Amino acid sequence: MSRFSKTLIALSLAAGVTSAAAFEGYPGIGRTATPAEVQAWDIDVRPDFKGLPAGKGTAADGEVLWEAQCASCHGIFGESNEVFTPLVGGTTKEDIKTGRVRALAEGGFPQRTTMMKVPTITTLFDYIRRAMPWTAPKSLSDDDVYALLAYMLNLAEVIPFDYELNEQTLREVQGRMPNRNGMTTDHGMWPGAPASQGGMGNGGIPDVQNVACMTNCKDKVELVSALPEHARDAHGNLAEQNRVVGPVRGQKTVEPPVAPAAAPEAAAPADDGKGFAAAKAKGCLACHGVDKRIVGPGFKDVVAKHRERSDAAAYLAEKIRKGGMGVWGPVPMPPQGHVTDEEVEAIVKWLLSGAKAQ
Amino acid sequence: MTHPDFRPGRIRPAPENFLSGEQIKEVAAGRRDFLRNAFLAAGAAMAAPAAMASGSKAAGDPAILNLPEWSTTLGQPVATNPYGMPSKYEAGLVRRESPGLTRVPGSSVSFAPLQGLFGIITPSGLHFERHHQGWHDVDPNRHRLMINGMVKTEAVYTMDDLMRLPSVSRIHFIECGANTGMEWGNVAVPTVQYSHGMLSCSEFTGVPLKLILDMCGADYKKGRYILAEGADGSSMTRTIPMEMVESGEVLVAYGMNGEMMRPENGYPLRLVVPGVQGVSWVKWLRRIEVGDMPWGAKDEAVHYVDMMPGGLHRQYTSIQECKSVITSPSGGQILLDKGFHNITGLAWSGRGKVTRVDVSVDGGINWMPARIEGPVQSKALTRFNCDWVWDGKPYILQSRAVDETGYVQPTYGQLRKVRGTSSIYHNNAIQSWKVSESGEVGNVQVL
Repeated sequence: MSRFSKTLIALSLAAGVTSAAAFEGYPGIGRTATPAEVQAWDIDVRPDFKGLPAGKGTAADGEVLWEAQCASCHGIFGESNEVFTPLVGGTTKEDIKTGRVRALAEGGFPQRTTMMKVPTITTLFDYIRRAMPWTAPKSLSDDDVYALLAYMLNLAEVIPFDYELNEQTLREVQGRMPNRNGMTTDHGMWPGAPASQGGMGNGGIPDVQNVACMTNCKDKVELVSALPEHARDAHGNLAEQNRVVGPVRGQKTVEPPVAPAAAPEAAAPADDGKGFAAAKAKGCLACHGVDKRIVGPGFKDVVAKHRERSDAAAYLAEKIRKGGMGVWGPVPMPPQGHVTDEEVEAIVKWLLSGAKAQ
Repeated sequence: MTHPDFRPGRIRPAPENFLSGEQIKEVAAGRRDFLRNAFLAAGAAMAAPAAMASGSKAAGDPAILNLPEWSTTLGQPVATNPYGMPSKYEAGLVRRESPGLTRVPGSSVSFAPLQGLFGIITPSGLHFERHHQGWHDVDPNRHRLMINGMVKTEAVYTMDDLMRLPSVSRIHFIECGANTGMEWGNVAVPTVQYSHGMLSCSEFTGVPLKLILDMCGADYKKGRYILAEGADGSSMTRTIPMEMVESGEVLVAYGMNGEMMRPENGYPLRLVVPGVQGVSWVKWLRRIEVGDMPWGAKDEAVHYVDMMPGGLHRQYTSIQECKSVITSPSGGQILLDKGFHNITGLAWSGRGKVTRVDVSVDGGINWMPARIEGPVQSKALTRFNCDWVWDGKPYILQSRAVDETGYVQPTYGQLRKVRGTSSIYHNNAIQSWKVSESGEVGNVQVL
């Protein structure tokens, strides 16, 4: 904590000083940073241990702090998957020897924990110091950080419980990090010269080469994945996540999918074309699309919903004659008195035959 | 096509679509007797059941015949909303979280509604969000930018200082490295908002970082890396290549789309690193350090590392490779009807300009060139459009972008062959949308 109080003093001194440095080209803009200011903010620790502060702690020291400040999110043993991905787990004594976490290659551990991935011990020190605990970042002393890191490393069996982690021993423990050899920069997603010429990466060479073929580019379309039906409404009602005007609408995922165009031929009663003609003549198509909802549901939706009813024909006839409301939403369908009994019968027959547009 | 009333495909005109295609054809052919019935029914449905009682015969579209309240009453005065808001009818198009993706809203993401956006600029209020330890509304008068490390003069700038410096304004896309990350192994989300919505594009205004590093006398010879650090709780850090700073493209930005950066996007100051994944565009930017090696920060040693088959992780993957997606028609939508549709979408590349986009409606067997809407800018979203007449049959829509390096956006098959399915990051595969006979569009994957 003393680091921060010193910072405050330094800052208040600096505020009274107009140490405007004469930066070339832009006089009057910016000023020299004071050493205390740089010390207050320059808290990063690099993989070459630059920036690592003095301090020390053991897993025993860390355990108390951990249970008070860390366990509520990460679990007593850093294993919790409740709030964050587990910190510890999935590494073995063999990994500590090889520096490659075998479970990453072979699977077998349900998550990719922090200890499985992190190659550099300084990453953990740096992050705990700058960002933890979650609701009070930068409140830990450097000794606290050493102690908590020691506790984590002990959970992963990288160091013993009474091992003192300090600015010297931390360098040695780097050689025991389970995934220390698990990273590569041999890829094309970093700019500049390749590693062979002093840069990092492969010089920007992509790892895949597609070609812009235009015709007959393949024999067949291999469709390998689609959204499972049970996930249809997992992201809510998509109708409410799209515009209410324009060339498309969002799907009403709180309702079943629009029935496919073709109804099973065998089960369908024969259709003589009179029903569709009647539906057309009496204006039914003004509110009901054959395939899609307009004001009311699409006819194929109506069929899909009700065809399994034992009284489907009577039910549908009744709905046409008397109208209704609530089955497909709040917009009412008025009674259709202008449709004759004969026409109602024909329309129902057409519906139950699969409601094909003709 | 010559008759003004005959619009192929547009077979559901107002109000709420009361003519069928066949009926329109009949109108075109001069047969109007059926119309009476259709209008009767439509009018009844609109005002039912009360209007039924009146028994009035509609003579046309009620949206025309019955003057709406906005034509017959006084409207609202100026400055009713001092900061204007979208129409109430646009309420569906908002940033949304993907249920179950993250467990802590302070370290989460909200996705931009690409399915309803036009052109290339993302409205600032719809810009996607990704925070690592929650967001703050930072007091600009207490915000500082510090430059330290391998520089002659370690320096501090206030926002006043930075906003006095010569500024530039540039349009660039920003894409999270994990955009489309949920889809590496299989289809996981229904719409383009969730599959590609960690993507936005804005005009950013600020100062080239090079100008500031020049002022401080940066050691460009030895200092080949910079560290960018945020002022939020996580004090998020990322290593940025000095090559990019030297190009003049990296900005210390305070402006976005003509106003100050929004708090969720880093008010008052964020780093803009064109072409590079969003995590490097450090928000609430408080410090730049010049150094001679990368820092191995949490977000480049534990997260934002791309796991390859065999368990090796790629570290410091940064550039967003060429990618495109059809935004409409897209997953979770339903086509209003058969006939003409404009296939529209976005293309971008972290390596420069998009030079062409092709569209396929048969799952990638045959392709046709899309129209690119200019001006095409480097490392910016590029809008493309392609005419299409839907005949009611099933189709699989795809788009494929090519950038100025000649790189062609890859297929899922090609990407997975090299990178497997566990990488999480940098999925730039060709996206497929399946149009069913019902008009419903769904998310599918084609190798």
